[in-house]
Amino acid sequence: MKEREMRLMKGNEAIAEAAIRAGADAFYGYPITPQTEVMEYLMETDATARTGMAVLQAESEVSAINMVYGGASTGHRVMTSSSSPGISLMAEGISYLAGAELPCLLINVSRGGPGLGTIQPSQADYFQTVKGGGHGDYKLLTLAPSSVQELADFIALGFDLAFKYRNPTMILADGALGQMMEKIYLPAQRPRFTEYPDWATNGTPEGKERRFITSLNLLPQEHELVNIRLQKKYREMEQNEVRYEMIQCDDADYVIVAFGIIARIAQKSIELARAKGHKIGLFRPISLYPFPYDQIREMADNPRIKGLMSVELSAGQMIEDIRLAVEGRKPVGFFGRLGGMVPTPEEIETALYNYFNIK
Amino acid sequence: MSTAMEVNDIIKPENLVYQKSRLMAEKQFNFCPGCGHGVVVRTIAEVIEEMGIEHDVIGISPVGCSVFLYDFYKFDVVEAAHGRACAVATGIKRVQPDKFVFTYQGDGDLAAIGTGETMHACNRGENIVIVFINNGIYGMTGGQMAPTTLEGMKTTTCPRGRDVKTMGYPLNITPLLAQLDGVCYVTRHSVHTPANVRKLKKALRQAFENQRDKKGTSIVEVVSNCNSGWGLTPKAANDWMVENMFKKYPLGDIKVDGKIVMDMNAPR
Repeated sequence: MKEREMRLMKGNEAIAEAAIRAGADAFYGYPITPQTEVMEYLMETDATARTGMAVLQAESEVSAINMVYGGASTGHRVMTSSSSPGISLMAEGISYLAGAELPCLLINVSRGGPGLGTIQPSQADYFQTVKGGGHGDYKLLTLAPSSVQELADFIALGFDLAFKYRNPTMILADGALGQMMEKIYLPAQRPRFTEYPDWATNGTPEGKERRFITSLNLLPQEHELVNIRLQKKYREMEQNEVRYEMIQCDDADYVIVAFGIIARIAQKSIELARAKGHKIGLFRPISLYPFPYDQIREMADNPRIKGLMSVELSAGQMIEDIRLAVEGRKPVGFFGRLGGMVPTPEEIETALYNYFNIK
Repeated sequence: MSTAMEVNDIIKPENLVYQKSRLMAEKQFNFCPGCGHGVVVRTIAEVIEEMGIEHDVIGISPVGCSVFLYDFYKFDVVEAAHGRACAVATGIKRVQPDKFVFTYQGDGDLAAIGTGETMHACNRGENIVIVFINNGIYGMTGGQMAPTTLEGMKTTTCPRGRDVKTMGYPLNITPLLAQLDGVCYVTRHSVHTPANVRKLKKALRQAFENQRDKKGTSIVEVVSNCNSGWGLTPKAANDWMVENMFKKYPLGDIKVDGKIVMDMNAPR
């Protein structure tokens, strides 16, 4: 077994290598920029020869997500990755996965929309990821990495959370994370699991009752109970799975809230501001669902903090959750670039000064 | 004959000529009386029971009248989104190549919304069994036009009959699928007479044996009735099927052991 290992890797390659090492049983995908290297890497490094995992190029994202549904229904650790338009195509399947409570790992290396949009990085799929995307009342456990290291680390974590809650996990990355190269530490090879949950439809064992996977209930009184059970599960996730990072918030007068790649850039912005004597902090949600409402509310209640600013690669989506947390206690500013454009640290710094009238 | 047989004399194990497969659950079918679905569903159970593979089989029931398959069987079943049965089957089979996987799909599922998934699973030669119920109509939603609806046939979405100029032609999909190299076996059957049911059973057995021997995709089409959707009595529906459906969709083998055996140029 390979031990923990240091490598210089592209984000998309790190996804693939981490998936192999996490003991994934299958990857079903369809090429789309900017995440195509994931499947290329799995094929090039012969993941199947290394661990026996299945790697299959589907004829569409619709097919890929339904292959994930099939593999996941048997209790295997199955994943796919795609980018924004592909995730839109998968929306029905994702709703089915959530409805049938099938654990799996989904990755969105997102790009600028709407429509065909652009292949450059974007965070405009925030609403799609945490507010729905598909039909019905469901939630995806959503992790937002801000480095290639986290992208790799969240693969095993994502699978483990998915199986803990019998729910799909989504890693919301972006084109920059997928394409950039960083030094990372890869985990040791984890063996593929050989035990499957009791609910898995992998052939009824002798002496056992047959299992079935479905999200269908014709009787509304029964289906309401299913929904109530799902909601109870989501409340548990909200209790247990909030993840975030606070950087220099202890003495901050103003706090930037940013996730993913833009949090990396904003980290430089707060350094620049602090060099000029402005006490700026950075709050980085790592789990986008469940969202760290309580932690942001605490900051809003902190008398020293005068305001927060959401910085996003979108027209302002996460800011709605920040405002829900702040509940009007403090001003919440916004700065965003759209359509695949990425701001410089100085742009963010200037936007902050302008909004809060910092001289 | 001296005395008439008492009922209790008749109901004896040695007099038993037929019984429901033990793989069928104690659940009443929700199919309309007279519909062919139930016969196909239980014939599949009989084949699986006779092959002794019930601990290694996974059925896939997508949206349509097939959707409640999991209520009827005592083996594992996965319900799938409309049209996606072959993708779901692929996902299952690729992580468990030694299990038996079959889909049970209607014409809307297989030949309309799921054409892509069906075509590509067949083209990859996924080692699965596809059971395809062709009754020329959407039964579950109440009798709309299907890709297989015959020319001139009336449904709720072609109430004046299918006009091929605007609505397209009846899609005879199994001969198309037969031309794909990944497909080893394509055959077309019906369940309107006991003799036909016996033929179907043999075909299903052949299909599952192909899967056991890793020969590629096997497709068993069943041309069936939908007496409710067609607005006919069960008897009249079967007669109409023989007279009309069998002309467009003639019964018999289409591809056997990887070789096309049907005369593709025969007038239909």
